[in-house]
Amino acid sequence: MSNNDEKSSYEGLPVSLDKKLGVPVWNDVRELKLRYRMSLGKIKKFFSALSEGKIMATKCKHCGRIYFPPQADCPYCMRSDMEWVDVPNEGVLETFTIVNIKPTTFSHYDDYVLAIARFGDGIKVLAWLRVDEKSRVRIGMRVKLTVIKRIPEGYYTFELEPID
Amino acid sequence: MVRNLRKVAIIGYGHSKFGKRTDVNFFELGWESIKEAINTAGISQEDIDFVALSNFGLWSSEPSPAASILEYAGLTPKEVIRVETACSSGSAAVKTAYMAVASGSADIALAIGIEKMHESGTSDVVELLGRIGSYFWEFENFGPTFVGYYALYANQYMHKYGAKEEDLAKIAVKNHYYGFYNPKAQFRKKITIEDVMSSPYIAWPLKLYDCSPITDGSAALILASEEVARKLTDSPVWIKAIEGATATANLAKRDNYISIPSAVIAARKAYKKAGIDPEKPYKHIDVAEVHDCFTIAEIMAYEDLGFAKRGEGFKLAREEQTYIGGLIPVNLSGGLKSKGHPIAATGVSMMVELTKQLLQKVESARQAPINNGTALAHNVGGTGHYVFVTILSLSK
Repeated sequence: MSNNDEKSSYEGLPVSLDKKLGVPVWNDVRELKLRYRMSLGKIKKFFSALSEGKIMATKCKHCGRIYFPPQADCPYCMRSDMEWVDVPNEGVLETFTIVNIKPTTFSHYDDYVLAIARFGDGIKVLAWLRVDEKSRVRIGMRVKLTVIKRIPEGYYTFELEPID
Repeated sequence: MVRNLRKVAIIGYGHSKFGKRTDVNFFELGWESIKEAINTAGISQEDIDFVALSNFGLWSSEPSPAASILEYAGLTPKEVIRVETACSSGSAAVKTAYMAVASGSADIALAIGIEKMHESGTSDVVELLGRIGSYFWEFENFGPTFVGYYALYANQYMHKYGAKEEDLAKIAVKNHYYGFYNPKAQFRKKITIEDVMSSPYIAWPLKLYDCSPITDGSAALILASEEVARKLTDSPVWIKAIEGATATANLAKRDNYISIPSAVIAARKAYKKAGIDPEKPYKHIDVAEVHDCFTIAEIMAYEDLGFAKRGEGFKLAREEQTYIGGLIPVNLSGGLKSKGHPIAATGVSMMVELTKQLLQKVESARQAPINNGTALAHNVGGTGHYVFVTILSLSK
């Protein structure tokens, strides 16, 4: 039986033939769009500061541990008595990559530089690194953390940026 | 610590063909390995007391697949628990089945790992894998992919130790070489350094041929207590140790990107339990399966497991010391790179492979010499979120 004959034998069904193996596959009739709602209440200060252009971490008032991403609770002290502190201005780039093959929901962006930088002793940040020339990015280069408006969505987030 | 645990033996094993398996549905794929495991153990469904099932899912349609698999395989109404530790879910299933037998809760347990990734499109699978890292703080704004995460390791490792992209390529060449001889492997094609070096970047410095593929597959093991194993087989393979550890989900919170800290801890625990010298484990171990989801991961595994000193893992690759006849043969199945990486089936697959290696039942071109009767599986979940190191042995 040729592929055309095989296909016509599933007339009226959401069935197609796998391009590589030529076997019939049912194409799901149900499409689910998932969009989560994640609670911010206990760390809302991070987001109000972000919309004012600042990036903050939490610090346990008892043991002094710094949390980034911010945590409302210090599991080491079993306490929840935190203060908000600024992320230091200057950090060092520890590693980076250029993401060429992107996830579905990131497919509308140009290839992006994903990087991790260390800011002082307690804070490490994974974010995009904004550069004009990707070939000039070096491990060990000095970077700062800045709030930017992500285009095209138009919401505030943070990015790393080289310090010239 | 729990004491007086019972000894646990592998008495049956099954492994589906890995690859793009659109020729079978989810349940048929699971049945391929369950049927073989039951047959090699010489038992029937009614003899099984407990089932541990691993499936990461999300890309496949069944949201609660454990009962469905049991139904298809004639195993209803047996007890089942589904486990998940990302790409090491298979080892978590084996550990769960192991604990059921070791504790005396079950005499015979089945561990099955299954994944059917081709029920979704490639970029959605790339997305779902990337989301494993840390959804809110890493994925939501910065869209890391799994290759991207391991590229962060590769870049820092190469920068610090002077390893070259060609050194990483040697891992892919070796694993494709052995995968060529494995009839269950997804890719049965030998490749060259040039093939790897000319493949496109997926996340610099990692290229297409540094990456394991998207794979459908299943693997299964039957575990039994010593008393039962002695009655059913004259060739049991013993689980000497199956030890796990964790690392932070946020990659940013790790100290460095040259090592997977949870692998170091899991290996230390497993070596201690199995009585293996952590300074020279390769003196005890005949063959190892390590988690080469990307080529850099195999190089870090050499160091994290103590096969090479820190910063010298790439030299083992460069000197071809992990082929048969070298310091320690690694990934004679073809590894994740060539055999394929059906996420939650991989850990079980590694142990099926090592059981057959120890029993000298694999194809002769990829059979390791078995001198000590000991084998090691190293299975990483996520970017090191979870690691299990398992030691299998011919002696109790």
